[in-house]
Amino acid sequence: MASKLRILVPVKRVIDYAVKPRINKAQTAVETAGVKHSMNPFDELSVEEAVRLRERKAQEVEEIVAWSAGPAKAQDVLRTAMAMGADRSVHVQTADGGGAAGDLEPLGVAKMLQKAVEEEKSNLVILGKQSIDDDANQTGQMLAGLLGWAQATQASKVEIKDDVCTVTREVDGGVETLRAKLPMVVTTDLRLNEPRYASLPNIMKAKKKPLVKKALEDYGVDVKARLKTVKVAEPPQRQGGQKVEDVDGMVAKLKELGAL
Amino acid sequence: MFSTVRNTALRQARTQLRSVRPVSLPHQSFVARLLSTLAVLEQREGKLNPGSLAAVTAAQKLGGSITGIVAGSSIKAVADEAAKVKGLDKVIFVDNGAYDKGLPENYAPLLVENIKKGGFTHVLAGHSAFGKNLLPRVAALLDVSQISDITAIESEDTFVRPIYAGNAILTVQSSDSIKIITVRGTAFPAGETEGGSAQLEEGVDPKADTPTEWVSEDLAKSDRPDLATASKVVSGGRGLKSKEEFDRLMPPLADALGAAIGASRAAVDSGFADNSLQVGQTGKNVAPQLYLCAGISGAIQHLAGMKDSKVIAAINKDADAPIFQVADVGLVGDLFEKVPELTEKLKAQS
Repeated sequence: MASKLRILVPVKRVIDYAVKPRINKAQTAVETAGVKHSMNPFDELSVEEAVRLRERKAQEVEEIVAWSAGPAKAQDVLRTAMAMGADRSVHVQTADGGGAAGDLEPLGVAKMLQKAVEEEKSNLVILGKQSIDDDANQTGQMLAGLLGWAQATQASKVEIKDDVCTVTREVDGGVETLRAKLPMVVTTDLRLNEPRYASLPNIMKAKKKPLVKKALEDYGVDVKARLKTVKVAEPPQRQGGQKVEDVDGMVAKLKELGAL
Repeated sequence: MFSTVRNTALRQARTQLRSVRPVSLPHQSFVARLLSTLAVLEQREGKLNPGSLAAVTAAQKLGGSITGIVAGSSIKAVADEAAKVKGLDKVIFVDNGAYDKGLPENYAPLLVENIKKGGFTHVLAGHSAFGKNLLPRVAALLDVSQISDITAIESEDTFVRPIYAGNAILTVQSSDSIKIITVRGTAFPAGETEGGSAQLEEGVDPKADTPTEWVSEDLAKSDRPDLATASKVVSGGRGLKSKEEFDRLMPPLADALGAAIGASRAAVDSGFADNSLQVGQTGKNVAPQLYLCAGISGAIQHLAGMKDSKVIAAINKDADAPIFQVADVGLVGDLFEKVPELTEKLKAQS
């Protein structure tokens, strides 16, 4: 008999994708104070996929747990996840400020998630393929490695039946399809689904769903930073902006620049 | 350059030292002299993937000895090919069909065993679908952090990488004993595939089981240059309005230039173009000689993937589109008129 799905969905609070990040004067980090934050777009896809797996009913979903490590405000994204359909959530509080990830590196997060998976008895973890702040693209793979589980990254299609998970994943030049038995770690790519908007009634309901607070120490893992930020700088600016009148002008200019 | 024998002896000495004293300054400078890099090379159906040689170029910037590793069935031919790559001192090969599809569940243990055996201080792979999938798993097994998608090397432990979709450039220093790194291909051009004479060595094969089964693949067949490495790229966005228009206007322009075709996320999401053509933070990074785009507004996520291009040319009907702030050549106009006209004029010239 197929086991019930116990899905863990790690989500991250990041600077909203539409905001242009500003670097602080000391060149130590990106300015985060007073900047609009949201759930990492790839994590919205993860939550959506977990909820759709429940709605598809190919295999019973016993529970969807959203999980986040971050400052107090990370609870906002957990509420969003619950408004989208997660049953409850776990928040691991870290200090405010710090670097791109409140000084947590993917390795540290993966180690905490390993513990969380054990605690929640999860058999499927769905993560975003990367967070749009540090652009690392590591946590899911690291977690799968620590757990010794199968991994399918950059998923554009996920099907589960009788404990067998079939995933189509985006690779260079096309797609490939993998199959593995649960438990498994899946990371989401853009094409996987279109995340739903949380409706007002669901946002109200989400306020009543359980949110457990934890501290870093509760997991008893080493999350010490291995990487030290030496400097955060502006990228070199391009000298753009020159316009031409017509196609002939464009061809001539491209020739002048040696591009043709 | 050390001789192999001496190198191995010193490496052993260092390993013993390391277990006694984890970090101290004199010790670190000792490590610096013994820097040795493992470059993970990709192969596909018995052919070396030249794109993965960016790892070799980056390794040369680090200094020290460079060893390549290849694994798969009938691997000897690939190993011979890799041995000719300039800059490689040694090529480790593991002949086992279980590694053909690059599944990280067994490939990661394979790398870990060979990294431990060889005592490598740095492990580099391209930031390709293969490298992205595999290296974090390797890093976790070795209990080290990974540094993703580096664009420059400042020293043996200090690296530069873009964050926030390329809107900030982070310089980061690693305190890990082994540096696991993926390399941005457009920042480190693939090295020469001739002129080297690396020695071949059979690697250890831990023959780990994989719970994952490879089922099938569907790769876009194309005679055009590969998007990630093309010297010219033409790219279309939402302004093309439909898949039909995309297919009508972009391929002839690409052919006239001998260019690869790219697309913005908007064009991909709207179904105009295949996902594998997407240029941007969540798609491919390109840095061609010429990036010519039409109907792309220039959202930051898109700019992240192309703003290192040498020359950027843009056609857009909105004179205030952000793409014009980065374009070397901008043409304000209706792409449905301008693109065919440009295609004709380029054809007439060639």
